[in-house]
Amino acid sequence: MSGSAIAMMILAMAVLWGGLCLAIANLGRSKEGETPEVRRDL
Amino acid sequence: MTRETAATQDARRGAFSSRLVFIFAAIGSAVGLGNIWRFPYVTYENGGGAFILPYLVALLTAGIPFLYLDYAMGNRYRGSAPLSFARMHRKAEFLGWWQTGICAVIAVYYAAIIGWSLRYMLLSVDKGWGEDPAQFFTGQFLQMADPASGVTLDFVPGILVPLVVVWIVVIAIMALGVQKGVGATSVIFIPVLVLAFLILVVQALLLPGAIDGLDALFTPNWAALGDTAVWAAAFGQIFFSLSIGFGIMITYASYTGRRTDMTGSGLVVGFANSGFELLCGIGVFAALGFMAQAQGVAVGEVVASGIGLAFVAFPTIISEAPAGAFLGVLFFASLILAGITSLVSILEVVISAIRDKFEMTRIGSTMVVSMPLAVVSIVLFGTTSTLTVLDIMDNFINKFGILLVAVVSMVVIVWVLRELPALASHLNAYGSIPVRGWWTVLISVFVPIVLGFILVQEFRSTLAKTYGGYPEWMVSVFGWGLAAAVIPIGILVAMVRWRPDTPTEIPARNMEAER
Repeated sequence: MSGSAIAMMILAMAVLWGGLCLAIANLGRSKEGETPEVRRDL
Repeated sequence: MTRETAATQDARRGAFSSRLVFIFAAIGSAVGLGNIWRFPYVTYENGGGAFILPYLVALLTAGIPFLYLDYAMGNRYRGSAPLSFARMHRKAEFLGWWQTGICAVIAVYYAAIIGWSLRYMLLSVDKGWGEDPAQFFTGQFLQMADPASGVTLDFVPGILVPLVVVWIVVIAIMALGVQKGVGATSVIFIPVLVLAFLILVVQALLLPGAIDGLDALFTPNWAALGDTAVWAAAFGQIFFSLSIGFGIMITYASYTGRRTDMTGSGLVVGFANSGFELLCGIGVFAALGFMAQAQGVAVGEVVASGIGLAFVAFPTIISEAPAGAFLGVLFFASLILAGITSLVSILEVVISAIRDKFEMTRIGSTMVVSMPLAVVSIVLFGTTSTLTVLDIMDNFINKFGILLVAVVSMVVIVWVLRELPALASHLNAYGSIPVRGWWTVLISVFVPIVLGFILVQEFRSTLAKTYGGYPEWMVSVFGWGLAAAVIPIGILVAMVRWRPDTPTEIPARNMEAER
């Protein structure tokens, strides 16, 4: 693999997978909020 | 509306039991066949590694902001797409039915592809496509009729039976309801899908030639960044991949608690979808690199997308690769899992809309919606004309259905009804990521212009010649005709009065935090 291809692959992984990890961490810090009162399907 | 009435409505409609289930369901909807068979090809064709830059720009400036718009609508107005639009403004209800009609059309042909994948998963075990997968697919498998002969009623048992199985499974899921059916399916299927694809990627990376495939995928062609078509491809890929703009995310967001962090959830869904696309790109191009080396040609000569990638290129790879049967089962199982969670979300838009409008039971609305769609699906796509009809419907309903309704809806919400401040306020009430002026600018100006540009380009290129060389009457009926027909049908259904127990006012409890 060429150096530029490796660099772009690493960049894509870092941004997309790293972004997902950060997004999950951010969500983990926020409260769950209310659970819907009723979850039946009548 | 009183608190009791709002709670009663939630009870009748059903809801996800937690934020986690909602996120899994939304990821299940977004992660579909396009992630596996479209993203790798679009990346390769549009600058390789350089495409990552416009792709990221599109994700952050259009995909996630548009996702927030859908989430805000569903969560604030707490209804299916038609009910949410009706609560926004009574005269906007037809937009919701337009979106619902598009989902009904997509469901009809989407099931067929899952049925093919089911059959191919079984064929993978003994490589039942023989020496020539391309000839096998159109010949022995589809028994494809000459497109000039139009729609046939010559049923092909090999595609009919799997299609019936898919519809039975999906109808059973839908009948189980929002939590036990839609939610539980995604909670189980998505982790299994990720695991299966991870194993596939590892196995593909161990094949000889895999590195050549990755090199072809990621080597940047920086000159491509100066081409507007490349940027349009990036925004198109993000738009079609995220399940935005045609009712799915509105419907799912209406099933979440009023205090759910919609912006934080949206960020996870957006990055999870794109993260999985990247994984698919790596897996698919590693396998294509092996195929190219085995045939002694350049990777560019074996690159394929869509149906050609899944049902011609991959069977070729499976036939030649060590432990190919295992690779094949993993690949087609991934298509089935990704396809079913997406099909479930598409059907849920229609079922939810019918339920809200006519105050039907879950089972009743599931049957009223799914049975006719299943019959049409089986009649159209269990026969020798399946590929022709599918190709036309898929092309036109995506471009002149989903894309058109998304642009029109966005313009109506932002510029006609001027709802953006209320929606931003709703997102900010419990959202961990505040939406401020940047979101307003993106949603009101930038995204409509970009999507409008893509739409105009598609109109121009489609009008230039008869699509696919198919008979003009077929393109007119299954292409332009279907894409256009859902609009007047939507207007007609919107004229039907809502039942007394489904008020078209905004649920009062949703306004509390915004005050």
